[in-house]
Amino acid sequence: MANLLRKIFLADLFQGLRVTFHYQNPKYICTEQYPAERPKVAERYRGAPRLNINPDNDETLCISCNLCAVACPENLIVVGWERNEQTKRKDLTTFTYDTSRCMFCGLCEDACPVDALELTQDFEMAGYTRDGQIWDREMLEQGPQPKAYRS
Amino acid sequence: MPESTFLDSTELVLNMGPQHPSTHGVLRVILKLDGEKVLGTDCVIGYLHRGVEKIAENRTYAQFNPYVDRMDYVAAVSNGLGYCLAIEKLLNVEAPPRAQAVRVILTELNRVASHLVWLGTHALDIGAITPVFYCFREREEALKIFENYCGARLTTHAFRIGGLQYETYDGFEREVLAFCDMFLPKVDEYEELLTNNRIWAGRLQRVGVLNAEECKEYGVTGPVLRAAGVKWDVRKAQPYSGYEQYEFEIPTRENGDTYDRYVVRMQEMRQSVRIMRQAVEKLAPGPIMAKVPKVIKPPVGEVYVSIEAPKGELGYYVVSDGTTQPYRVRVRPPSFVNLQALDRMVAGGLVADVVAIIGTIDIVLGEVDR
Repeated sequence: MANLLRKIFLADLFQGLRVTFHYQNPKYICTEQYPAERPKVAERYRGAPRLNINPDNDETLCISCNLCAVACPENLIVVGWERNEQTKRKDLTTFTYDTSRCMFCGLCEDACPVDALELTQDFEMAGYTRDGQIWDREMLEQGPQPKAYRS
Repeated sequence: MPESTFLDSTELVLNMGPQHPSTHGVLRVILKLDGEKVLGTDCVIGYLHRGVEKIAENRTYAQFNPYVDRMDYVAAVSNGLGYCLAIEKLLNVEAPPRAQAVRVILTELNRVASHLVWLGTHALDIGAITPVFYCFREREEALKIFENYCGARLTTHAFRIGGLQYETYDGFEREVLAFCDMFLPKVDEYEELLTNNRIWAGRLQRVGVLNAEECKEYGVTGPVLRAAGVKWDVRKAQPYSGYEQYEFEIPTRENGDTYDRYVVRMQEMRQSVRIMRQAVEKLAPGPIMAKVPKVIKPPVGEVYVSIEAPKGELGYYVVSDGTTQPYRVRVRPPSFVNLQALDRMVAGGLVADVVAIIGTIDIVLGEVDR
């Protein structure tokens, strides 16, 4: 009998509709206005790579140890260096990072002993060419420069 | 599946997929139909094959770790846990208690997230459009915790061999507990939308029945097995990562139909919340990484480790030849095995139920094809 009444009055339908209409309140709207307002990603977000420079003397922090290139599963980091005759240390010459093949696993960042290579919070890395995705040392030190959105 | 003849006018061979939105990716099902009735099915898989197992042979143990996230990309954390446990067993090390507790929290959170994707898409396939928005809204909260913890939302690479790479962030416990408090009423809400709804029940009850005997025959695991009344959960049967310390129940049902699988998964989400709450209490300060050499070179040997992934038993069989790279990694993916029972579940049913049954197995094609 109760079942029949539920059937006639569509009780289960209205039960569901109550939940749906509860969320019609505008305070539950949570759309992100993406290009106009950039979302804030987490502090540990693994985004665009950056090669850090020492702020005191504008020299690179990288010591050309090649550990990031060894750690990378995709072998996409190429570190070039030459031996400095005076200090007997390796000087970084080139550093390329192929972001088109990168899967942002963070292993290179973990491997770096001096925190030179870092995956930053920048996530706008789209480009028009494949070649543009291969970042050289200059690009890695600057980081991506996304333009502000104009509506 | 019987040979089809196109001359026979009563039988129709229909290709469903691989671009069909309800096949959850790139699954192609060849249906043999007699009017509305399905006589037989044939699954064509491999459209998403990337050769993950072969990639493993050309990577070091640590380097292969991010690739396992890309198999079952809806439950990447579980995949990573299984792989890390396998290599840890091979190396004969164990993660410290704190690392184990964090692992349990994150995998259970991932189980909730995976079941939410399942619930949303499954309901969407059947015609209930509303739940998918609510499910993805709650899943967003879980993914935010992942992002705060390890910097990625989906392909997390959260665990490392021997423990964890990242210490928990400030407010991790608080956010997990807030998620638990927020989530339980939401499960009630989904149930209010679906459980008693007569259209939902009518579409699911007595559809795609797979009884316990058939489940065991096919090697089906996970919620599909438990809905048939078999109380089998790897977390209880062969506890790993400290699951023996937590109190939780294995939800089971009797009939083994699509509706029961829905009920089992809903209860599993509640149990996951229960485990998470206990694990947060267990979280004591301590080391997060066991003593693992920088270059991982396990001794010669082979190992099989299985865990309870959201979709069923996920196993890793790793053969080491003593070098830095695995000789062979074989994955036993739950989705792939569960998908094999599709023919048995569909046969004799109606064509509209095929979509419901594919949804109820909870397949991820990245894991089926690997």
